[in-house]
Amino acid sequence: MSDIAIPVVSARSGNWPLRIGLTGFAMIVLAAIFAPFVTPYDPIALDLANALRPPSFAHLMGTDHLGRDVLTRMVFAARIDLQIGAIGVALPLVIGAVVGLVAGYFGGWVDAVLGRIVDVIIAFPFLVLVIAIVAMLGPGLVNLYIALTVVSWVLYARLVRAETLALKKREYVLAARNLGFGHLRIMFGHILPNAIAPALVFAMSDFALDVQVGATLSFFGLGAQPPTPEWGLMIAETRSMMLSAPWVVIGPGLAIVIVSLVVSLIGDGLADKVRRLDG
Amino acid sequence: MSEPLLSVEGLSKNYQGASRPALAGASFHLAKGEILGVVGESGSGKTTLARCVALLERPDTGRVIFKGEDLTALSETELRKRRRGIQTVFQDPYASLNPTKRIGDALAEVMLVHGLATRTGVWGQVAALLDQVGLPVTAADAYPKSFSGGQRQRICIARALAAQPDILIADEPVSSLDVSVQAQVVNLILDLKDRLGLSVIFIGHDLQLIDFIAPKVLVMLQGEIVESLAGASLSEARHEYTRALIQAVPKLETHAS
Repeated sequence: MSDIAIPVVSARSGNWPLRIGLTGFAMIVLAAIFAPFVTPYDPIALDLANALRPPSFAHLMGTDHLGRDVLTRMVFAARIDLQIGAIGVALPLVIGAVVGLVAGYFGGWVDAVLGRIVDVIIAFPFLVLVIAIVAMLGPGLVNLYIALTVVSWVLYARLVRAETLALKKREYVLAARNLGFGHLRIMFGHILPNAIAPALVFAMSDFALDVQVGATLSFFGLGAQPPTPEWGLMIAETRSMMLSAPWVVIGPGLAIVIVSLVVSLIGDGLADKVRRLDG
Repeated sequence: MSEPLLSVEGLSKNYQGASRPALAGASFHLAKGEILGVVGESGSGKTTLARCVALLERPDTGRVIFKGEDLTALSETELRKRRRGIQTVFQDPYASLNPTKRIGDALAEVMLVHGLATRTGVWGQVAALLDQVGLPVTAADAYPKSFSGGQRQRICIARALAAQPDILIADEPVSSLDVSVQAQVVNLILDLKDRLGLSVIFIGHDLQLIDFIAPKVLVMLQGEIVESLAGASLSEARHEYTRALIQAVPKLETHAS
C-alpha cells in the first residue's frame, strides 16, 4: 500500500530561543557549581585596603565597601538564587499540578472545595502574602520556600485544572476509560502529559519571578542573611554607596536581569516545542 | 438456541437541560460474529447509543446484558475489568490518540494492563497488531502526529483489538476521512470481523454504505429506533423517515438509461 509511508519529522529544527536559553542557563549553573575555580577571590573574607575599587583588570566588576570582589560574590550568589528559583518553582509545580489534575478530573464537590481554597489564596496580592508568611515564620531560606510554595501552587493548580477539564472529554481519554484503565493511569499517563505544558511554560517565568522575590526579601532582611552572597542582599548592603560607586549594585542587578532573560527564553522555546507536538 | 452475546433493553439517556431525551428506549440484540448497522442523521442519538452500550456514559434506565451479565448494575470498579470486551473506534481520529505516547507504547499498555502479554513478548504482539491493520512495524516508534487520518483510524482499530474484544463499536469511523480512504478502513473492519469472529456495531449516516455492509440495520430518529431492517432490502422499509432517507439518496440509474 502506498498510503502508509510515515513521514520523518525532524525533532528540533531551529528553536533558537530554547537553544540560547538552555546554553545560557547551563553556563550560569556551571559557573555557580564551580565558583571557587571560576574566580581567585573569596566571596566572604574582608579586604578593607581594597574597598570600593572601581572595575579594573584585577576586579572586573569592582569591589564592595568591605573590599570583596563583586564578580566573585555575583557568581557565588547564583548558588543561592538559582536554588530559590528551582525550589520555589518545583514544589508549587508538583503540588499544584496534582491538585489541579484531581480537581479537574473528578469535578463535583472535590473541585468545588479545592476551587474555593484556590480562590482565597489568589485573592491576596502575591508579594504581600509571601512577605507576611515569611515575617510570621521568621527570616531564612527554608521559610522563604514554604511561603513561595503556599502562595504559588494555586497558579499551577488553575492552569492544570483548566487543561484537564478540556482534555477529559477528548476521545483518547474516553478510549482509555473504554480500555478499562484505572483513574491513576488515565490521570497521570493520559491527561497530565498533555495538560502540563502551559504550567511548564509558566514555571519558567515563575522561576525568574521567584529569583526576584528572593532578592527582594533578602533586600528587606527576610531572606538570606549577611555575609551570605545573595543578589538582593548585595544590593541592600551597598545601596547607600550606589551613587558614588554604582558598580556595587550594577553587578547583582545585572545578574538578576540575565537569569530572568535566560529563563524566559527557555519558556518561549518550550511553548514553541509544545505547539509543534500537537500539530 | 444460546442467548445473544449482547442484549440491549430499553436504554434511555436524558442530558440535563435538553428538551427531549438523547436516547429513548433503545433495544436490540447482537449475536457473535454479527454486524449490526445503525443509521440516523446528526443528533439522532447514534453516538449516545454507542457510549451507553460501552458504558462510557451511564444510561438513565435500561440494561446492557453482555455475556449474560447486566453491565449497568456493576460498580465502576467491577466494570473496569469487563470493559475490554466492548471496544469503541471514535469518529475523530485526530482526537482519538494520546499525542504524547508512541504508537507501540499505546498498544503495549493495553495488553500489559490486562495481562494479555508478558513484558518480553509484548513487542512481538504489537508488531502483529500493526501488521493486522496494514501498518508497518516501524509505526510503533512514531508519535501520532506523524500519521494521516486514515492511518490513525487503523491505529485506533489496532488499539481496540489489543484488548481482544468480543464487540467492536465503530462510531462513524470513516465520516471524517477522505472518500478514497473510507473504503480501505471499512474493508479493514469487515475483514477483521470475518477473521477474528468479532461482533460489530457500525454506526453512520450514510444509509447506502450501512445497508451494503450490514444485513441488519437500525434506523434512528430523535433518540428512538424507528425501524429495524433485518435481511430485507431497503425497498421494504415501512417508516416514512426511512423512506425519506432512501429518497434522499441520488439515483444514478434513472439518468443512465
